[in-house]
Amino acid sequence: MNRIESTNDFVIRFANVNGSGSASANNLFAKAIFRLGIPVSPKNIFPSNIQGLATWYEVRVNDYGYLGRRGGVDFVVAVNNKTLWQDYDGLLPGGYFLYDSTKPLPDSFNRKDVITIGIPLTELCNKEFENPRLRQLLTNIIYVGALSSLFEMEFSILQESIEKQFKAKPKLAEPNIKALQLGFNYAEEHYKDVCGIRVRPSTKAHGQIMMDGNSATALGALYGGATVVGWYPITPSTSVIESFSKFATKYRKDVDGKIKAAIIQAEDELAAIGIVIGASWNGARAFTATSGPGLSLMNEFLGLAYFAEIPVVLVDVQRSGPSTGMPTRTQQSDMLSAAYASHGDTKNVLLIPCNPQECFQMTADAFDLADRLQTPIIVMSDLDLGMNDNMCPPLRWDDSREYDRGKVLTADQLEKLADKWGRYLDVDGDGICYRTYPGTHPTEGAYFTRGTSHDEYSAYTENSIVYEKNMHRLLLKWKTASKLLPGPRERNRDPDSKVGAIFYGTSSHSAYEALADLNKSGLPINSLRIRAFPFQADVEDFIDRHNLIFVIEQNRDGQMRTLLINELGTCTEKLVPIGNIDGMPITARYIKQEIKKVFQSRGILKTQAVKGGKK
Amino acid sequence: MSSSRPGFRHPDLAPNEAGYTIKDYEGGASTLCAGCGHDSISRAIVQAFFESNVPPHQVAKISGIGCSSKTPAYFLGKSHGFNSVHGRMPSIATGANMANKDLVYLGVSGDGDTASIGAGQFIHVIRRNLNMIYIIMNNGCYGLTKGQDSATADKGSISRKGAPNLLESIDLCEIAIQMGASFVARGFSGDKQQLIPLIKAAIRHKGTAVIDVISPCVTFNNTPQSTKSYQWVREHSEATGTFDFIPLQQEIVASYNPGEIAAITLHDGSIIHLHKTAEDFDITNRRKSLDALEEAREKHHILTGAIYVKPDGQDTHDLLSISDRKLNSLDKEDLCPGNSVLQDINDQYR
Repeated sequence: MNRIESTNDFVIRFANVNGSGSASANNLFAKAIFRLGIPVSPKNIFPSNIQGLATWYEVRVNDYGYLGRRGGVDFVVAVNNKTLWQDYDGLLPGGYFLYDSTKPLPDSFNRKDVITIGIPLTELCNKEFENPRLRQLLTNIIYVGALSSLFEMEFSILQESIEKQFKAKPKLAEPNIKALQLGFNYAEEHYKDVCGIRVRPSTKAHGQIMMDGNSATALGALYGGATVVGWYPITPSTSVIESFSKFATKYRKDVDGKIKAAIIQAEDELAAIGIVIGASWNGARAFTATSGPGLSLMNEFLGLAYFAEIPVVLVDVQRSGPSTGMPTRTQQSDMLSAAYASHGDTKNVLLIPCNPQECFQMTADAFDLADRLQTPIIVMSDLDLGMNDNMCPPLRWDDSREYDRGKVLTADQLEKLADKWGRYLDVDGDGICYRTYPGTHPTEGAYFTRGTSHDEYSAYTENSIVYEKNMHRLLLKWKTASKLLPGPRERNRDPDSKVGAIFYGTSSHSAYEALADLNKSGLPINSLRIRAFPFQADVEDFIDRHNLIFVIEQNRDGQMRTLLINELGTCTEKLVPIGNIDGMPITARYIKQEIKKVFQSRGILKTQAVKGGKK
Repeated sequence: MSSSRPGFRHPDLAPNEAGYTIKDYEGGASTLCAGCGHDSISRAIVQAFFESNVPPHQVAKISGIGCSSKTPAYFLGKSHGFNSVHGRMPSIATGANMANKDLVYLGVSGDGDTASIGAGQFIHVIRRNLNMIYIIMNNGCYGLTKGQDSATADKGSISRKGAPNLLESIDLCEIAIQMGASFVARGFSGDKQQLIPLIKAAIRHKGTAVIDVISPCVTFNNTPQSTKSYQWVREHSEATGTFDFIPLQQEIVASYNPGEIAAITLHDGSIIHLHKTAEDFDITNRRKSLDALEEAREKHHILTGAIYVKPDGQDTHDLLSISDRKLNSLDKEDLCPGNSVLQDINDQYR
C-alpha cells in the first residue's frame, strides 16, 4: 500500500458530535499550523442544531497558499460513532484513520488501503481526569496531542496556544496541557513513524491574520462610520451584528459611557431594513445584515430605497436555500435575488468580497458608495467566508481617509443656491441629485419623500413623461455607479489563450488552485474575479477576448452567468456553468474535473487547442 | 381635488412664540374626499404644532400607506416628510429617531396600516418606547381600495358594502397599554376641542404617545349602522374627562375645583390637567385604564380623551444607553478608531 506522504500539504477532517466542545480543540490545531507559518484554511461543517448532531471540521494545510477546499480527505480524526463508517469509507486511499480505540472497531472496517491509528482517548482521559464535563472537552485535546506526534509538529506551539487561550484563567491551561501530553506520549510510544504526513515550520503565512469574515465586516462598519443598526437574528449573519456590538461597546464609548451607536434588534427583517432606511434618510450611516430569507422579506423596502433614493448598506451572508434550505451550509445563491431585489424596475449595487480583508474594505466602502449613490449597496458574503476563519493579509485603514457623505446640502449651501432646488433634479449630469437632512434649515430644503412617482421637485405625479424621465435618470446613475465600484481582478496565464474562467467571492480560492493545476498540465486558462455589480467595461472586454468561458459559482442555476447574459448580452453558449450545490465550499478537484469534462467533450486536450479555435 | 384652501392669509397673522404664523404649519391641498375625518385631524395637527411653538423644520412627519398616510402632505409643509410603505411607518420612525433624537417625530397611520399589515411594527415600536407621536386615523375600513372592513371595524358594524363585520375588532388603545405605551389617548376627528390638547400633550411627552383618532370615512363607512360613523361616535362617545394641557413654565391660571382635577407632570415639566368625570378613574394606573376601556366597550360606548399616561418612562435612547449626541452629527473623529487600533485588533487574530 502506498501511504500518503506529504509535507505541509494535506487535508485533515475531524468528525465530532455538535456541542461536545470539539470546536475549540480543532481550532487549536488549525491555529497551531497557522502559527507555524503554514497557510491553513479550516472549514466548520456544522448542522442546524445546538447539540447532538454530526459536525465536521476540515482543515486544509497548504504551503503554496491555496486556501480553498481541495477535495478528498487524507487524514480523519473520527470521534463520532454515528458517522464512523462514513468517515472511514470517505478516506482517500493511503489515508489515515484515527479513532478512539477504547472500544474496538467493528470487523467491517477492513480497508486494506487505509492506515488505522487507534488511540484510547476515553480511557486515557478517564484515567487522568475526574470532572465529567472536563473529560468530554479534554478527550478532544488528547487527539490534538497525538496529531502533534504523528505529524512531528512542534509540541511547544500547541502548548503556547493553550497558554494564550487561557491567559485569564491559567488554572484551566494546566489540564489542557496535560491532555495534550497524554495524546502526544501515547502516539510517540505506539505509532512512531506510522504517518507520512509532516508539518514543518514555514514562512508563507507570516504577517497574515486568521479572521472570520463576519468580524471583518463588523470592523468595516465600525471604521466606515455606521451608527445605526437594524437587525434580526439569522444564521449565518448574526455574528456580523454581535461583533459590531462588541466592537462598538469597546471603541465607541462616549465620555459618559454611552455608546455612539444605536443597535436595534427589530421584530423582523422588514423592520430591520426600515430602521436602516429611516436612519439613512435622516443622515446617519446605517446598516443591516441578513441572509436569504431575510433578504426576501426586505424586498419591498429595497424598492422604496431604490426609488426614493435613500442610502442603504445591507450585508447578505448567503446560505443554502431555497426556503429554510440548509441554514448552516454555504452557497452563493442570492446573487440574482439581491441584484434585482424588489418589484418594478429595480437594480441594486453588489460588492463581492472573497476574504476578510475585502469584507472589511468593501463594507467600509459600502457606506461611502451608499451615500454617494443614494441607493442600496449589498455586500455579498456567504457562510463559508462569514463564519469560518479565513487567512488573509492584515486589515489596514488609511487615517487620512475622509467619509464621503455624497451630495448633501447644508443650510449655508441652501441659502446660496442660485436656482430652485429639486430633490430629484440632476444638475451634475451623473444621475445623482442633491438631498437634505430633516431639520437642516428653517425654511429651505424640506421635501416629501415617497415611493410613489415624483417629479424633480419631489411632488407627486402620475405624468408618464415625468415618470419615464426619472426612470432613465436612475439608469444614468447606474452607469455612474459602475465607475465607482471595485474593478475585477484579472489573471492572464497566457495572452493567447482563448479559454477563460469567471468566478467571484469564496469560489475564487478553489478556482485559482484548479486553474494553476490545469496550467501546469498545459491548459492555460485566463481568469477574471468579479468584485462588483453593475459590471464594468473590463468584464465585457474579458468576455470578448475569450471564446469559451467557465463561470464558476456555488449555486444550481448559474446565477452570475444569468446576470452576465442579461446585463451584457453575452452569447449563452460561450458561458459554461460550473456550479456546486452540496452546501460545502466548492473544491479545486471538482472544478478541475468539470473543466476537463468539457474539454474532453469538445476535443480540447492540448494547449494548442486552448489557444486556437473559432471566435 | 375635493378640498381646497384659499392661499391668501391676513398679512398680520399673529406669530407664535417661536416666530411662526399658522401658515407656516399648513401643507398642500388635500386630495381626500370632502368631509373626510382625516382632514379635520390634519387641521388639529396644524393648530397643535402652532400652539406648541415647535419650529416646523424641527418636525419629521412619517407615514405608511393609505388615505391616512397621505395626510402628511396636507400639514406641516415646511417639515421633511416620508410616506413609506404599508404598515412600516414605525420602523422608519425608529431609524430616523436613532439618527437624530432632537427632532419631533410625528407618525401618521391608519387602521389598516396599524392594526393589520403593520400590527407587528405598532406593537414593537411601543415596546421600545420610541419618542414619537403615533396618530392613527381610524375609520374602520380600507378607503383607497374602496371600503373593505379593517381590523378595527367593530363586530356587527355595517359599512356601505352592506354586510355586517363578523370578526372581532382590535382596540388599539388596549393593545398599546398592554404593550407598555407610556401615553395613550383616543380622540374623535369631530371634536377638535379635545383633540388639539391631546396632540399638544403628546408632543411634549417623552416616549411613544399613541392617539387613536376615530375618523369617519364619509364615502365607505358613514352608514347609520357603522360604529365609526359621525352619528354613532357622537351618540356613543364618553370622555374620560375634559382635558387641558399646560406647557412647560406657563402659569396655571385655570381655577378648577382641586378635588376633580388630576394633574400629571410630563417629562419636560409640562402639566396635563384632567377634569375627571368618573370619581375613581386614575389615568396613571394601567389596570384601571384597561378596565375603563373594557367597561365602555361593554356599554357600546367609545371612551375618548387621555386614557393612560406614564410620564417618567425611559425612551429607546435611555434603554439602550445611546449617546446623547445626535448620531447623524458624528464625524470620523468620533466614529473611526484609526489604523493603530486596527493593528492591535489584527494582533488578536494571529
